[in-house]
Amino acid sequence: MPLYLTDDQDMLRDSAKGFLAVKAPVAHLRKLRDADDAAGYDPALWKECAEMGFTSILIPEAEGGLGLGHVEAGVVLEEMGRNLTPSPMLPTAVAAVAALKKGGAQHRDKWFPKIASGDATVALAIDEGAKHDPAATAMRAERSGNGFKLSGRKRFVVQGHTADMLIVAARTAGSAGESDGITLFAVEKGTAKMTADPRRLADSSFAAVVEFDGVELDADAVIGEVDAGWAPLTAMLCAGRAGASAELLGVGQGTTDQTMAYIKERKQFGVIIGTFQALQHRAAHLYAELEVARAATLKAQQLLDDIVDEKSADRARRAVHTAKAMTGLATTLAVQEGVQMHAGVGMTDEYDVGLYMKRARTLAELFGDTNYHADRLACEAGY
Amino acid sequence: MPDIDLDSFRAETRAWLEENCPPEMRTPAASDDDQCWGGRKFTFQSEAQKLWLERMAAKGWTVPDWAPEYGGGGLSRAETRVLHQEMARIKARSPLSSFGIWMLGPALLKYGTEDQKREHLPPIARGEIRWCQGYSEPGAGSDLAGLQTRAVSATDEGGDYYIINGQKVWTSYADKADWIFCLVRTDPEAPKHKGISFILFDMDQPGVEPKPIRLISGSSPFCETFFTDARAEKKDLVYEENKGWDVAKYLLGHEREMISGMGHGGGGKTLPQMALDSVGVGAGGRLADPLMRAEIAMFEVRAAAYRAQAERFNDEWKAGRINPAVSSMMKYYGTELNKRRNELAMQAGGTGALEWESEESNGGKSARDWLRSKGNSIEGGTSEIQLNIVAKRVLELPG
Ligand SMILES: Cc1cc2nc3c(=O)[nH]c(=O)nc-3n(C[C@H](O)[C@H](O)[C@H](O)COP(=O)(O)OP(=O)(O)OC[C@H]3O[C@@H](n4cnc5c(N)ncnc54)[C@H](O)[C@@H]3O)c2cc1C
Repeated sequence: MPLYLTDDQDMLRDSAKGFLAVKAPVAHLRKLRDADDAAGYDPALWKECAEMGFTSILIPEAEGGLGLGHVEAGVVLEEMGRNLTPSPMLPTAVAAVAALKKGGAQHRDKWFPKIASGDATVALAIDEGAKHDPAATAMRAERSGNGFKLSGRKRFVVQGHTADMLIVAARTAGSAGESDGITLFAVEKGTAKMTADPRRLADSSFAAVVEFDGVELDADAVIGEVDAGWAPLTAMLCAGRAGASAELLGVGQGTTDQTMAYIKERKQFGVIIGTFQALQHRAAHLYAELEVARAATLKAQQLLDDIVDEKSADRARRAVHTAKAMTGLATTLAVQEGVQMHAGVGMTDEYDVGLYMKRARTLAELFGDTNYHADRLACEAGY
Repeated sequence: MPDIDLDSFRAETRAWLEENCPPEMRTPAASDDDQCWGGRKFTFQSEAQKLWLERMAAKGWTVPDWAPEYGGGGLSRAETRVLHQEMARIKARSPLSSFGIWMLGPALLKYGTEDQKREHLPPIARGEIRWCQGYSEPGAGSDLAGLQTRAVSATDEGGDYYIINGQKVWTSYADKADWIFCLVRTDPEAPKHKGISFILFDMDQPGVEPKPIRLISGSSPFCETFFTDARAEKKDLVYEENKGWDVAKYLLGHEREMISGMGHGGGGKTLPQMALDSVGVGAGGRLADPLMRAEIAMFEVRAAAYRAQAERFNDEWKAGRINPAVSSMMKYYGTELNKRRNELAMQAGGTGALEWESEESNGGKSARDWLRSKGNSIEGGTSEIQLNIVAKRVLELPG
């Protein structure tokens, strides 16, 4: 398969682009933020996204979805990134769907229709420390009757205060640092002894700190196998990381497009500042970084869509590490150059570039930053 | 989807390579000098090298995707890829390194007449004629279109020809090459881009004098090349007189693509392996030097991402969906990465990598490669020039 979008994928991109430009441009984010909106996204818009089919992309056709792949999901997420659209797309329609595909029919039958219709959102409760490190999961899930009892605290649960269901990673065996012994649970909103404390982040999105104070769950809350949650967790994180890469790329490209337009129009010393070679070279370098990140992202998405066995899954996983690490580098550069080339106005709230910078920082942390993924690749390569 | 034809092509290719690729040719070439360059003046380093070239050339597989009438294998894109994969699988060396294949060939295929193709391409494919590139001059480096070497028309009983006078510089392998593809000024009155022609001529004549220049890596792969009333036949003018700049630019696109891939072919030890051999393993199975590890790990991210970009660029190029100026971005990024790789290799190798001649250092391979890599971001147009091109022709910045 050539490493560029097919005609169908191009069409999807055009329709997502058109839809988001009208319904959810950066002004939409500003409106929610300035109204001090407590949800963090607009549920009515989310319903419209569902009508556009965005929520069903990864759900298999046999289960009422579109049966498309990570490339398509990424196409939509990139456009959301470009518009800084606040939405539960990444955790709900991408990461959670990937996890539930590996889970039992009870979860899929229950959640796929609601996710597809835009009636339910899902959040992921994985991180415990300030840095993403799923193998370090320490939160306990003790056996209790024929179910489990969860105790502990999760952080950076994006949209955790509004989600209808949380996918929670907890330890049923082993100790922190081991990938074996982790189990994934589906925990519904309103479950007793679970409290979500939403924290507004720099980019105006919300992530919750969620306390589990002996939360009791039935055995069928388990997604996948007990003690063997690493497999669905990995599938979920691969999908989430590839999606986050696409969204980051959209953030980087969106801000860079604005920066390029700005340096083609702003004049100093009687000339357009884009004629200065010092800026031209940095712009060209930035372009190169973004293109390389784009290729890495598309490669990861294609490989995820081509998984047939363990070997191809490993390849895809490594490509996802590369994509997330590389988009982190490229987009971080894009927002920094964006502010610097806009200079004074780049520091104002009125210009969008600062909003891009804040969003980029959040996405760079989500599901592991560049260092995390570079480290994983190094470990896997034996050094 | 399994492709039956391709699968059987793969099986046949694998069997053929197994039988025909000499074992000595299944190790990476140690240096430029260790590769097979062909040409009238070339001495094969081994019987195996000679055999490998002959066998591959007989199948047209030195240029697998050229048409058979030009000495190629007539393979499709997919078949060519399979051949390269199968060669990589047994670590087979390229049978022939050649500016004729990488640079002149593509330009002739696009701009040459049928006669020119039939005359010049097959000897390139068979490794019989070795070419060099006469572009740069002492006063015309980045500003290539400022070149001054003159070509004046003349006629005698041998036919129409040009008399060429002037000087080229940095002409890689001019002393070893048989023919030169050369940029000359045919109209000194015209604006600088409009008075240049692209001409081919034999180096084996009294008016052509290459003088090797010694490089920081110790070798002398390039020359000053002097022309004093040198002769070039008019039939060897490529494309039209005074339109050589079009050919020159097209060829540069291919040259940049080739240079951007340098150092990414694998073969030798990987960077992590070099570092492990040198500093060993520390806590948690990680490289003992954590700062070196971090630098290498970050390099490897960019290298892996760039491999995807090279694949994407290739796919888009072949499908004709890309702005040709993007090859400048590839050249810039690929060569800067390769320089970085060599810096890290020196760091990883430490004092051992400083050895210049010892057997243990394989004749100073690390150090010589490191120094040679510095030329990557100069040859074929400097990094700064590539950034200028991207800024203007891709980003469309003014000025
Ligand atoms: C290993 C090697 C092999 C080569 N092989 C060949 C060959 O086979 N045939 C051949 O014809 N040539 C060959 N070259 C020559 C090569 O193409 C030139 O060296 C190159 O184009 C630069 O020209 P220059 O050396 O005159 O540098 P200059 O043009 O003098 O450049 C000096 C510095 O100024 C910068 N600079 C120049 N103009 C600009 C600008 N507009 N904006 C910003 N910065 C600028 C350059 O980037 C560079 O950093 C080879 C060079 C090397 C290193």
